[in-house]
Amino acid sequence: MAINWFKYSAPSTFYALAGKLIPWFAVSAAMLFAVGLYIGFFVAPVDYQQGEFYRIIFIHVPASILSMFLYLVMAAYAALGLIFNTRLSAMMATAIAPTGALFAFISLWTGALWGKPMWGAWWVWDARLTSELILLFLYLGYMALHSSIDDPRRADRASALLAIVGSVNVPIIYFSVKWWNTLHQGSTIKFSGTSMHVAMQQAMFITLAACWLYAIAVVLARVRSIILEREHQTKWVAELSEVRT
Amino acid sequence: MLEVSNLACSRGDQRLFSGLSFVLHPGQIMQVQGENGSGKTTLLRTLCGFVSADEGRVVWNGAQVASLGDAFHAEILYLGHLNAIKDDLSALENLKISAAFSGITLQDAAVKSALRRLGLKGRELLPCKVLSQGQRRRVALARLLVSEARLWILDEPLAALDVRAVALIQELIADHLSRGGMAIFTTHQPLQIDGMTVRTLALS
Amino acid sequence: MKELTLFSMLKLVIRRDMILAMRRRADVLTTLIFFVMVVSLFPLGVGPEMEMLRKIAPGVLWVAALLASMLSLGRLFSADHQDGTLEQMMLTPQPLAVIVLGKIVAHWMVSGLPLVLIAPVLGIQFDMQAETLGILILGLLLGTPVLSMIGGIGAALTLGLRGGGVLLSLLVLPLCIPILIFGTAAVDAVATGLSPVSHLSLLGALLVLALTFAPWVAAQALRISME
Repeated sequence: MAINWFKYSAPSTFYALAGKLIPWFAVSAAMLFAVGLYIGFFVAPVDYQQGEFYRIIFIHVPASILSMFLYLVMAAYAALGLIFNTRLSAMMATAIAPTGALFAFISLWTGALWGKPMWGAWWVWDARLTSELILLFLYLGYMALHSSIDDPRRADRASALLAIVGSVNVPIIYFSVKWWNTLHQGSTIKFSGTSMHVAMQQAMFITLAACWLYAIAVVLARVRSIILEREHQTKWVAELSEVRT
Repeated sequence: MLEVSNLACSRGDQRLFSGLSFVLHPGQIMQVQGENGSGKTTLLRTLCGFVSADEGRVVWNGAQVASLGDAFHAEILYLGHLNAIKDDLSALENLKISAAFSGITLQDAAVKSALRRLGLKGRELLPCKVLSQGQRRRVALARLLVSEARLWILDEPLAALDVRAVALIQELIADHLSRGGMAIFTTHQPLQIDGMTVRTLALS
Repeated sequence: MKELTLFSMLKLVIRRDMILAMRRRADVLTTLIFFVMVVSLFPLGVGPEMEMLRKIAPGVLWVAALLASMLSLGRLFSADHQDGTLEQMMLTPQPLAVIVLGKIVAHWMVSGLPLVLIAPVLGIQFDMQAETLGILILGLLLGTPVLSMIGGIGAALTLGLRGGGVLLSLLVLPLCIPILIFGTAAVDAVATGLSPVSHLSLLGALLVLALTFAPWVAAQALRISME
């Protein structure tokens, strides 16, 4: 069966589609969070090195993974919008940024919480934490640029270019920070990776999936409001029941 | 020949004009009319390629302007609201550099005679910051004299000019048209070209 | 009347921007003075122990150079934007990227190169040895053009925006981190008796990368900003 994808690239059809999808993603995200955290906190055994403290990885690791992936997804949407001049892709990129920044922030926050009992310091200049911090800066730069340009079209295009430049830079930054870290013999977060218990792995994957679903739900909701904002002068928006009331 | 078909432009949410079509043949001149905010400047900037149109095509000698790219730039001369004059450079340097940007290398003598024709004799070497508003506009307009472009796109060319300068500009445009050039312009002052009918395009 | 080649257009832009900069020497000097001041504040902040100063010198000089180059970037396109010259530059028969490259090169020569030249004097204030100082200068020589290139993209993106200067730093500084790391690491390597070649060649690679792509990206950014 051939699906006409272009049909869904029109904001009006996508608005309706997203509206139907959001509850599914939101509910399954909540359920998976509950299951994942239950396994993480009550089923998974205590780590022989780190005791109970390690359990923060069930939040920390999915948040870090998502913050990085979302940047790439954002840059990909931005590139699509810039090259093919599709409005919806640009809106998607804009909608992803705050969620990506939130995950980067959560990753830093939980990293600090974990660092205190482990290293005795809230912040350690570990390669991954530092990269995560720079990633947060990149997200903030993207959002700052987008919000300081009044014309939405220019805002989309300018911040798209920034996102692309940023995503080309991300590997270089990551590599250079790692290099810097080994030079200064900094500490590295190491979980007992090979001996990870099955329940730990399960919990991690489930919370990761939950984070993905949450991100999709939130991004779709945000895209819906961006669509309304941008298209407020069109006929189809005026005819929406939620707008008329 | 410049062909514009079904052009639509907007600024922000606001559609300025749509379905705009016209053809400009060699030797023709057209005035764009309309109230403030009707999109005159946007139209001219769209023709230059600064602004991309929402819909429609701009075709130059049978080829789409977008596909011509930088080659189209050699064919046009654009004079905007801003003079593109550097305060720290002299009139001579300014004209020489702006001619070079449009791909023309000029000798000092040619630059001086152009400036003289525009009534800037004796001021060629002064930094432009000491010139008056009208004199600066004249420095900018001196580009018309040295230009090799076929299509002149002039946004308010007569602003800040005195009667004699206006007459001179009219003369320059007439020369340009008689050589087979084209011009499209906006103005709030009447512009008469001897022996030419100025077509008008009204934006509402 | 002959057509200008790409190279002569590049030369023209560089020459023009150099002349303009020389007629506004104060702007060039303020960047330089800012650099000297920031570097001189550090001993006052952390104390005058020579051992520590020698250790932090490369980092301090690099960070100060980074900040100083951010300061001057705002002017890269904005002056030409305000008086309409930028529009004329976009209408040249040559690719816009060539003009952008010319402007960036000229910008580096009036605001990056002076920092490199004065850096030895500041290094001596921090009791750096001749060997480490040499590598610092070499690193700055390779790295500051890259800062100007990346900064050029940021300057083009933030053209004409409110609070453009601060925004510009926000966008550009994270992207400059690799330069900072490799530049200071080269000096550290020499100080600990290792070879700085790998760090310097990485800086060189970044310079080549920036030279290839940055002018083109900045030209695209200018087109977006001029709409």
